[in-house]
Amino acid sequence: MIADVLVGVLLIATAITGTAVALTREPMRQALVLSAYGLVLGVLMVALQAPDVALAQIGIGTAIVPLLVVLTVAKVDRELSAREDETEPDEAGEREG
Amino acid sequence: MSDLFGVLPYAVAAWILLVGCYGIATSRSFIHVVVCLSLVQSSTYLLLLMVGWSRDATAPVFGDVDPGVPVVDPVVQALTLTDIVVGGAVTALLLSLTIQLAKRQGSIDPDRIRSLEEELEE
Amino acid sequence: MTRLAASRLLLAVGGLGTAVLLLLAFGGLPDLGDVPHPYADRAVQAALGHDTANVVSSVNFDQRAFDTLGEEFVMLAAAVSAVLLLRRFHDEEQDAHDLGYGPRDVWSAAHLVGFALLAPTILVGLYVVAHGAVSPGGGFQGGAVLATGLHLAYLAGDYSILRRVRPLAVFDMAEAIGAAGFVLLGISALFVGDPFLANWLPTGTLGDLASAGMVELFNVAVGMEVASALVLLLAKFLDQALVVRRDTDESP
Repeated sequence: MIADVLVGVLLIATAITGTAVALTREPMRQALVLSAYGLVLGVLMVALQAPDVALAQIGIGTAIVPLLVVLTVAKVDRELSAREDETEPDEAGEREG
Repeated sequence: MSDLFGVLPYAVAAWILLVGCYGIATSRSFIHVVVCLSLVQSSTYLLLLMVGWSRDATAPVFGDVDPGVPVVDPVVQALTLTDIVVGGAVTALLLSLTIQLAKRQGSIDPDRIRSLEEELEE
Repeated sequence: MTRLAASRLLLAVGGLGTAVLLLLAFGGLPDLGDVPHPYADRAVQAALGHDTANVVSSVNFDQRAFDTLGEEFVMLAAAVSAVLLLRRFHDEEQDAHDLGYGPRDVWSAAHLVGFALLAPTILVGLYVVAHGAVSPGGGFQGGAVLATGLHLAYLAGDYSILRRVRPLAVFDMAEAIGAAGFVLLGISALFVGDPFLANWLPTGTLGDLASAGMVELFNVAVGMEVASALVLLLAKFLDQALVVRRDTDESP
């Protein structure tokens, strides 16, 4: 009974965090929300008696993928602002998602 | 309670899939698209694990329980593990492509990038 | 109708149609939690027959090792293609390597925590890789822990220190050795008359570290390969974000 309630609560938490990931437009902030979603999903996987999968999810989906996203955002921002400095100032660079 | 478990896991997996697709379709940055794609892939992990789950069963590791105790489905967990690793690798590759796109085209807006040729003038 | 309105209408119709199809598909499936799993019972029996305590590792490295071979090579391909795509092009320059790039305005507490956790994290990663057949873990999970543990050196110091503890040639070689090692271990089964990737080493008692035969060796090969692939991947991304920049006339 307790296990069922726990799984149900974690399922709803996963749905809410997942919605937050898709609706966060700015990529740098979205990386952090993705990391939080990965953590909630990892806890749900532990509640579903899948510790191997939870380890992989937290290692890859919560630590490594958001790190890659943050590095990509840093690189793209620098690249687009360098390009903006070169062209005419009436071109607006769009960097927000 | 069993009625709830007939609906809630499928509903959550379907909701995350649809929300991710909505995020991809209304996106204005390719990095946002890649993260939403990763979200859509994670809904399949959820569905696979819920299919393998059994009530009153424990994890499929016999280090501390005796053989003979009911365990959840290990085959589905192996599939999900492969899914996570491959999904992470694909996300890394897509992010490298996004960096290349920013360098070559000067923009990562999906609406502004219409062709693979260089020197996009808008 | 404007283009934006038309695309929004298409999105709504598509989303609604997919939701209806999913509803119909899931309605025909049984309630979760009380379904019999015949394949699972047979997999558990096969794992116990080879004295492997972690059934998921047994399925990954013993019963369905061919899929894991493909998965490992996907990791290899991702690392190789990132190295290829993120190389320095003719119109880019790379900053000198001894500049102190690091996370700015990091508290001393964060530096201390990074420094204190570096060795234990590497140790935990090696533990997870080595005990893949006995407790939850294995090559993939341990490899991810090792790769992220190494980058605590970036948090504790700065980029030049990370470059010193991360010689890329060594990790390139380790990645290749891990990938080739997996294939060679699989081929070794052919010499004793078993099929490719068969588990032919003698298995010990359930729960021991040296049980499960070849699963341990496969775990080590995969752990080496995944850790090196992830370190290479992160190295290329860090290089791009910190050090490589476009060649402009004025200094940035």
